[in-house]
Formats: sequence, C-alpha cells, structure tokens
Amino acid sequence: MIPGRPLIDFGWIAGHLGVIAERILQHLQLTILPLLVGIVISLVLAIWAVRQPRVYGPITLVTGLLYTIPSLAAFAIIIPIFGLTLIAALIPLTTYTLLILVRSFTAGFGAVPSEVLEAAEGMGYTRRQRLVRVELPLAVPLMIAGVRLASVTTIGLATIVAVLGNSFGGLGQLITEGIQNLFPTEYILGAVLSVVLAFAADFLFVRFERLVTPWVHARAGSN
Amino acid sequence: MPGQATHGAIVQFEHVSKSYDPAATRGKNIPGAVNDLSLTVPAGKICILVGPSGCGKTTSLKMVNRLIEPTSGRITIDGVDIATRELTELRRSIGYVIQQVGLFPHQTIGDNVATVPRLLGWPKARLRARSEELLSIVGLDPAKYRDRFPSQLSGGERQRVGVARALAADPPIMLMDEPFGAVDPIVRDRLQNEFLRLQETIAKTILFVTHDIDEAIKMGDLVAVFQTGGILAQFGTPLDILAAPASAFVARFVGQDRGLKRLSLLRVSDVDLRPAVTARPGDSAEDARRRALDDPDRYLLLIDPSNRSLGWIAHGDIPNEGTLSEAMANPVSPLVNKRTTLKDALSMMLDADVQTGIVVDSSGAVQGLITIDSIARKMRDGEHAPAFDLAELDPNDELEALGGPDAPANEPLEAGVPLP
Repeated sequence: MIPGRPLIDFGWIAGHLGVIAERILQHLQLTILPLLVGIVISLVLAIWAVRQPRVYGPITLVTGLLYTIPSLAAFAIIIPIFGLTLIAALIPLTTYTLLILVRSFTAGFGAVPSEVLEAAEGMGYTRRQRLVRVELPLAVPLMIAGVRLASVTTIGLATIVAVLGNSFGGLGQLITEGIQNLFPTEYILGAVLSVVLAFAADFLFVRFERLVTPWVHARAGSN
Repeated sequence: MPGQATHGAIVQFEHVSKSYDPAATRGKNIPGAVNDLSLTVPAGKICILVGPSGCGKTTSLKMVNRLIEPTSGRITIDGVDIATRELTELRRSIGYVIQQVGLFPHQTIGDNVATVPRLLGWPKARLRARSEELLSIVGLDPAKYRDRFPSQLSGGERQRVGVARALAADPPIMLMDEPFGAVDPIVRDRLQNEFLRLQETIAKTILFVTHDIDEAIKMGDLVAVFQTGGILAQFGTPLDILAAPASAFVARFVGQDRGLKRLSLLRVSDVDLRPAVTARPGDSAEDARRRALDDPDRYLLLIDPSNRSLGWIAHGDIPNEGTLSEAMANPVSPLVNKRTTLKDALSMMLDADVQTGIVVDSSGAVQGLITIDSIARKMRDGEHAPAFDLAELDPNDELEALGGPDAPANEPLEAGVPLP
C-alpha cells in the first residue's frame, strides 16, 4: 500500500469497468463449465453406485483422493500435458466437484422411500421409467444441495486459475495483479466480487430448488 | 366406471413354493417362505391371506405380480401361466395397494391416480377424466384434492388415493398388502366398510394380506390361514373357519372368542324366527286372554293397523272383560331387522334385560320374534366336532404377533333399528 492513496480508488474502478466485467464473465466460465461436466460425470457414477452398491466405496475413495490434491500441485501436474490452456484450468476444477456431487447425488437416490420404489415396480414401471420419472425427481432436492455447495467451492477455487495466465484468469487475475502492484483496490475488488458471485449462485440455486420441487414446500398453506 | 368395469379373474396357485437360501440371506430381512401352496380364488371374490409374521402370506401375494418369483410351481390368471406374460404388462393389469401406500411425493394426487393409465399411453384428456372419476369413487372431492401433493393429505386420505390409483386402469385383480394397517382403528373401520361397499359394484378378484384375524373375518369371502413355514393351515369361508378350525393352530389363531366372532358374521335372517301372537287395540280382552296361551311365554304382542309393534301384554295382565288398549302394552323389547347381526341383536336384548327381540321390516311391520334361546341354538348347530385334540389348546399360550387379542373390535356393519 502506498501511503497517502485511499484504500479503495473508485476512480480506478470507474475507469476499468470493461476489464472488470470481462473478468466476471471469465470467472463464470471457470465455474459453470466444471460444474456442468462434474454434474454429468457424477450423475453417471451415482446411478452406477445405486445399481451396484459395491462400487460406491471405490468411487468415493477415488473422488476423495482427487479432492485432497492441493490445487497448485494439480496445475503443476497438468500444465506439462495441456500447457497454459483453458482445458488445463478446467480439469482440476471439475475433479474437485466430483466428491461433493457424487456423495449428494447418491444420498439423493438413497433418500427415495423404499415403498415408493416398490409401488412403482409393482405398478409396472420399467427400470428406466422408474429412474427417470420417480427416482431422479425425488433425488433433486439433495442433488441441488450438492450443486450449491460445489458451486460455492468452485467459485472460490477458480481464483487460483490466475496462475495459468491472463487470457481466462477470471477474478483471480484481479487479485494477483493487485498484490503484485501493491494496489489494494484491485485485489479487494477481486475478492469482494468472488464472494458476491458465491452468494448470488447460492441464492439462485435456492430459488431454483423451490421452483422445481413444489411438493417439498407444499405442506403448509393449502391444507 | 359403473356398467363398464372389468370384473374379476380366477387366480390359481398350483403347488407353489418359495424357499430362500439361508446362507445368502443371513442377517437380511427375508420374506417368509411358502411351502407347496395350492389355492383357487374365484373371480370377483375377496380372499384374505392371514397369519403371523413370517408365514409367507406377503410372499404369496407378491408372487402374483411377480415382485417375487416362485422357486417351483405355477400361478395362473384365468388359466394363463403368469410366468409366460410380459412382466410390465402383467403388473399394469393388476392393481397394487401397500400399507405405506407409496404415493409419489413429487406428483399431484390427480397424477398419482393416473399412474398406470399414463404408463399405458392413454391420451391426456382421458387421464384427467379418469382420475377425477376415481377420486369421486373413493370419496375425495376431485376439485379439492386433484392438485394437492400427498404430503398435504391425512393417512386415511392417502390410503383412499392408493386404492383409487390401483383401480385406475380397471384391472380384474387387486393385490392389497395390509392396505388399512397404517391408519387408526376408527379410520380403518370406515375404510373397510367403504371398500366392501365399493367391491359390491366393482367385483374385482382381490387378494388381501393382513395379520389381523378380525379384519380377515370382516373383509373376506374366503380366508386362507397361513402358519409359520408358509403352510396353508386352512382355507374356507370365515364362518367355516370359526365354526370348525382345522387345527389347534387355527383355533388358537382365531382366538378363544371365535363364538362371539361368529355372532358378528351371522344375521337375524340366519335364525328361524318364532311367530308372534298378536292382537290390536280394541280387540276383545276375553278372546285375547285365550289366545295369549298359544304363546310359549304367554305374552301377547299388541300391534297397530300398520302391523307396527306397540308392546307386550302379559297373559296375567289382560283384563277379564272389555277391550285391549294401547296403555296396557309394555314396549320393552328391542326392534331388530333381518340384516342386524346376531351380536348386535343379542347385545340389544341384554341391554333391555329381555329374552326376546321383535324382528321388523323396513316399514316397521312385525315379521316375527328372535329369542336368546334361538340364537344359542343356532350357534350350537353351526359348531362342528373339532378335528384336533382340544387338549392341545393351552389358554396360556403366547399369542404375540397374532394380532387377535389386542386388535380393535369391529363396528357392526349395520346397527339395529332404534327403539321407538
């Protein structure tokens, strides 16, 4: 910090709105893409684990191991293979979502009441119909809870991606540059925006959950 | 549904067995085994499978929609071996109701009811019409309930929806696994009565599992009593089983009070009525005195011009001359009709502290008399010599898991005509 300059330089912020907006969009990209890929992989793994319970242990072991790799170390492993590319940034961010997502998805399937499954089978649902029309919708509340957690985690982790370079670095780029230039306005702004994004994502998922699972919130009111 | 409903089909078990490998199922909650079950349920009848837990009654039920496949033997529906039928097609043609109901929590009541028709690909408009029709049939106002979720309903309402859902595609057969077991006794009684009334019009073939012998006797046209090990201990009408238990196990299972249970199955119409000696106000007393001697108990029944009872006049109370008047009559006896159960008739006589009840038709006209003696005679006639050694019956036997002793008494289907 340079003495005599204010902590937050609003003039700088006003002059760099374009750059800031671009960093926010990059950050969204770094969050949404790993989440989408993570959701697809986790859904497949969770359905596999529900059908064959003995694979659940190995799946959580592997996703757990992936989760424990320090993020900087992960980039050190990946950069020699993929270079300083967006792909290299997305791979670890994706693998970090798997532990949370697989666990919450399997918990979601596990929470479907057994009598509901029995009724569906007894009434002549095929296995696929039962999965798509009964198990999946009933697993949604716990699945969304997992996605909320994974999204908040990913938004925080994505700030690390700045180590890979300028072109897709997101809000982490503001933080790194601010620290390098001893310019508090920039790194405080990066951190605050990252927190705001996390809150916004969390809020959106809560609203989304209420929208797609009206039965969960139907108890009170019209009775 | 009236007029176009599909009526029941014949369900036949032919030497059906189901065994479980004890090693493979150790520690798990295994269903009861079934041992060489042969049994025919006629079309349109309610057959109750009853017995203690682990007796194989639920296993037998679930073999009909092939949730469990038999180890040996075969089950036919209208002569067709169910093993040859496509699994989902078979299940969609059989209504299925379970104790915990298993409604889909994420679907509205209307969508829940339309489940099987939707699987069968009915058009949307027909699905909606059908689910509204069924909600009305089970006594739930479609406008009020159609768009609610299961969590917004009471246990009894949910169970009604479960029955409506099972009936949706008008299946010839219904499988019901303790359908009224999870609701309180008052609601259960009402659901049972409503279901019996419904069955009069739909005439489905129903296999119904319960552990409660009172429910079995009340609901069943036929009752199959299972004992542990999946053995069919007795198969017959409720009256047959109460009158002549085939083994000490059955006698113990139906309970020490089987005589009283029979009373609630028999009705006034099952007993030979005694004619009443009647007179009308204004009749000659002298003549009435003479005629009262025709009655074994020397009582005269005074009736009005529509043949309705006004009350008794004892022989000794009839004046020597003059005419009879209504003031002389003593209206102590209870009035019953031909549909009144013997249990209710007896109870009404005991309450009134009299030996005789007056049987009347729907207009109140006297049809005859029923006495405590005639009820006792009826009960003796129905009793058969037991086919087992009565000494095997130990009144101190443990009756746990039988459901009999602590099960709630059934309300009578129809109470007697109240006293005037």
